[in-house]
Amino acid sequence: MTIAGLYNYWIVILLMMTGFYVVIASGNLVKKIIGLNLFQASVFILYISLGKIADGHAPILQAGISNYSNPLPHVLILTAIVVGVATTSLGLALVVRIREAYDTVEEDEIHDQDESM
Amino acid sequence: MLIEVVNVVILALLAVTALAAVRLNDLFAVTMMFGIYSLLATIMFVVLDAIDVAFTEAAVGVGISTVLMLGTIGLVGRRARKASHRPILPLIVVIITGAALVYGTLDMPRFTDPAAPVHQHLGPYFLNESPDQIGIPNVVTSILASYRGYDTLGELAVIFTAGIGVLGLLGLRRRKRPGHEGGAR
Amino acid sequence: MNDNPVLRIVAKIIIPMILLFALYVQFHGDYGPGGGFQAGVIFAAGFILYGLVFGTEALRSAVPPHILRIFIALGLVLYAGVGVATLLMEADFLAYNALSQDPVAGQHLGIFLVELGVGITVGAVMITVFLGFAGRNDP
Repeated sequence: MTIAGLYNYWIVILLMMTGFYVVIASGNLVKKIIGLNLFQASVFILYISLGKIADGHAPILQAGISNYSNPLPHVLILTAIVVGVATTSLGLALVVRIREAYDTVEEDEIHDQDESM
Repeated sequence: MLIEVVNVVILALLAVTALAAVRLNDLFAVTMMFGIYSLLATIMFVVLDAIDVAFTEAAVGVGISTVLMLGTIGLVGRRARKASHRPILPLIVVIITGAALVYGTLDMPRFTDPAAPVHQHLGPYFLNESPDQIGIPNVVTSILASYRGYDTLGELAVIFTAGIGVLGLLGLRRRKRPGHEGGAR
Repeated sequence: MNDNPVLRIVAKIIIPMILLFALYVQFHGDYGPGGGFQAGVIFAAGFILYGLVFGTEALRSAVPPHILRIFIALGLVLYAGVGVATLLMEADFLAYNALSQDPVAGQHLGIFLVELGVGITVGAVMITVFLGFAGRNDP
């Protein structure tokens, strides 16, 4: 029962750590941003998992149904997704400008160019 | 029961997709993996009763994010160099952090438990009061626009600011003057 | 991709449907799944498809960038304007009950306007961001 009850959280942690690993281990800036997005999506899944109630229904009120899943996490994540893509686009725009300035998107090559200046 | 099975299978597929995205060095393939990951997350949201969220993730994660990443790869090139330093240290950091988080989950309420603290206060309040106070069936919309109106205004301001930021960084059009190669604006 | 007839014709058929669906999601969001965030993104997706198939130049002439910039600000101003309107009616900021005699009708009107503001800004930002990336290498 414990394993079934915590399985969602453990997979979320695995996904979160995968994203975290990409962010710290990969030198490519685009891949880092994709890692951040993996991390972010795992947090979304965590929140939505917390809102689920056994035998619940989607929180759109209908006659004859009284058992709804918690709508509050849905609201938080709904806005977070759109804000997430807006901030991701800002990050990608920065990557494009870095590429134009340094002619590379590899972290250590950028660092070397800064050192040699 | 069916929902539990779907839940287990989709989460396992999510894990496989994420691990595949780590191992690949072709950014085009990584982006496609991210698209599949978003699509699987969308299915998860439907299974977990979050229809509105699934809707948004399908449009944003699968559609717009993927297009933006492909646009970026078109500008910066699709090859990522293999990491030159050994990934031992990041791996240790990640495993320790993950172990601490797993230890933290042991105290958490079990999945789909109706007695979890998160279902005791605001959630039932919104579900019970929204029909009389707001009068629209979609509780997510009524919380988003009315109960948490300040919050949504702030989120919209963030999107607005990010849009202005991208406009400032990339501009809507690069003006190339003759003889000014590399002059970005 | 300009010379592929299948893409061009399919795009021409489905783009109006995408835009219509976005409007449905926007204005039916009170009763079913949907709302301003989803509608804005879907609306932008229709234009982005147009840009992908027919080129960014065509998209730029369909939605001129200076108009997009106005719409980015317009949505946020509409949202905040509803809050200021309720302030002027001697209620709290964004307390929609004051917008009408009947509190529930006031809530309906307030949510409608606020969601419209969200939809406008989100849609315009997404199209602008796409133009920024895809139009970067244009001559």
